[in-house]
Amino acid sequence: MMYPIGEKVATREAYGKALAEFGDDERIVVLDADLSKSTKTESFKKAYPERFINCGIAEGNMMSVAAGMATCGKIVFASSFAMFAAGRAFEQIRNSIGYPHLNVKIGATHAGISVGEDGATHQCLEDIGLMRTIPGMVIINPADAVEARLAVKAAIDYDGPVYLRFGRLAVPTVFDEGYKFEIGKGVELENGEDVTLIATGLMVPEALEARRLLLEQGIAARVVNMATIKPIDKDIIVKAAKETGAIVTAEEHNINGGLGSAVAEVLGENAPVPMKRVGTKDVFGRSGKPAELLPMYGLDAKTIAEAAKEVIKRK
Amino acid sequence: MNAEKVKELKLHAANVRKMAIEAVYSANSGHPGGSLSAADIITYLYMEGMNIDPKDSKNPERDRFVLSKGHCSPALYGALAERGFIPKEDIKTFRHTDSYLQGHPDMKGVKGVDMSTGSLGQGISAACGMAECAKLDNKDYRVYVVMGDGESEEGQVWEAAMFAAHYKLDNLTVFLDFNGLQIDGDVRDVMNPMPLDKKFEAFNWNVLRIDAHNFEEIEAAVNEAKATKEKPTLILANSVKGKGVSFMENKAEWHGAAPKKEQYEQAMEELDAYIKKVGGEA
Repeated sequence: MMYPIGEKVATREAYGKALAEFGDDERIVVLDADLSKSTKTESFKKAYPERFINCGIAEGNMMSVAAGMATCGKIVFASSFAMFAAGRAFEQIRNSIGYPHLNVKIGATHAGISVGEDGATHQCLEDIGLMRTIPGMVIINPADAVEARLAVKAAIDYDGPVYLRFGRLAVPTVFDEGYKFEIGKGVELENGEDVTLIATGLMVPEALEARRLLLEQGIAARVVNMATIKPIDKDIIVKAAKETGAIVTAEEHNINGGLGSAVAEVLGENAPVPMKRVGTKDVFGRSGKPAELLPMYGLDAKTIAEAAKEVIKRK
Repeated sequence: MNAEKVKELKLHAANVRKMAIEAVYSANSGHPGGSLSAADIITYLYMEGMNIDPKDSKNPERDRFVLSKGHCSPALYGALAERGFIPKEDIKTFRHTDSYLQGHPDMKGVKGVDMSTGSLGQGISAACGMAECAKLDNKDYRVYVVMGDGESEEGQVWEAAMFAAHYKLDNLTVFLDFNGLQIDGDVRDVMNPMPLDKKFEAFNWNVLRIDAHNFEEIEAAVNEAKATKEKPTLILANSVKGKGVSFMENKAEWHGAAPKKEQYEQAMEELDAYIKKVGGEA
């Protein structure tokens, strides 16, 4: 078993390993901006040095170089921290990659507040919102190493731009080897009738823990893993709204523009029910240990469980 | 280059200029000044210099062209029409709502356009990616770029310049259309990028200086770039903004303005007179 359930592995680690694992496809090239040791693209670099291109600390150029390579038939992975990929190079991604719908995969690591000690400048809480506004961009935020590996494979097989969001922090492996990942499909992990918790990334295990806390109080929560944030799985959201009547979203991202916004848009237009967004509340992060920062910013099972009780009251 | 070839290219370039003016006039918007200053370089590449085939526009072995200063699309569309990639009559639809000829080049919509451009600084980077692919795949195709002088104020140009030299992209040739003017005036007044030749030399490029309106010099520079190993080549091409239309020449205000009816007619008359003078049929 590559990633045993419960074992803690960072999704960036699984990203680098997956690039090496699937890298025998000669169309694949990997670009990095002087962060290969951190983004873990060094795994690919070791296996296929001739197809690894270090672009130096120049993320804007890297994204446009990636676009140019994609026009020549390459499947290009361009990696940096989420802040400098989605943030600094937003306009290059929008105009050079998104507008011509080129086959570039943006491997963005160090997303979210769990970056920890580096602090606010490196804790990207806006990337999903930024990428969601680009027409045709697929956004995948895997919950664990198993899903991260499958997301890399799915991105290789998909023709078009994909934003892959990975974390620095080692997180518990949630899914077993038989887990199936499909772009654009949410996955119901646990059933329940009272409320639905829709989570993404490292908030998925927190949502599962919130379900346990709620069960102790006699509340049955459904848990949905929403790894693909764009295109959002409208059907699973509408079904959850109709069957459970209340929704809580949970993400390691600003509550504005991310998963919570995407779900609210679907609910507002199709099945309005009480909902609440768990995420960072339109604030910047700070330096600290990830284990201390996450609860400090309300990114934990307790906050999700409280939000669930609140929306149930509003039914 | 023999005299007959020079004459032929001059006539093609005049046609390209006429189509560029036609495009901007039909749209009542667009960028004639820089289109006319780059017209001879783009004409040379499409009619003579590049290994391309309108009947096989996606051939992986073809040479690539990236118009990094994408706002000069009227010259590119003119050259694509002159070479037979797109019908000449479509030029009149430039920038129209129902046209595929967008204000800035769209590779998804226009046959023969290798990269979507328009946001300055990004085209030269994309061209680096194409040139790097040729190296990876051991292919012989070459990549050509036309960029603006004002464009060199974008920091990304220098990121790309570093990249191209670092990876020894000797299959990359960049023409810098040095007409000296940008929207707000003289480049030296707006944000002085000089000395451009020394800057590129300092970035480990092979730098050549030519007259942008002399086909023999354009060809000689392209050949010298081909013969240069281990370094990308920057061709600093001294040009006249608005070249070929008397009232547009060296005027920053023609960067992004469309001619009125009388001005359009005068421009066409001047270009037709030039064609007759060179020995062609207007």
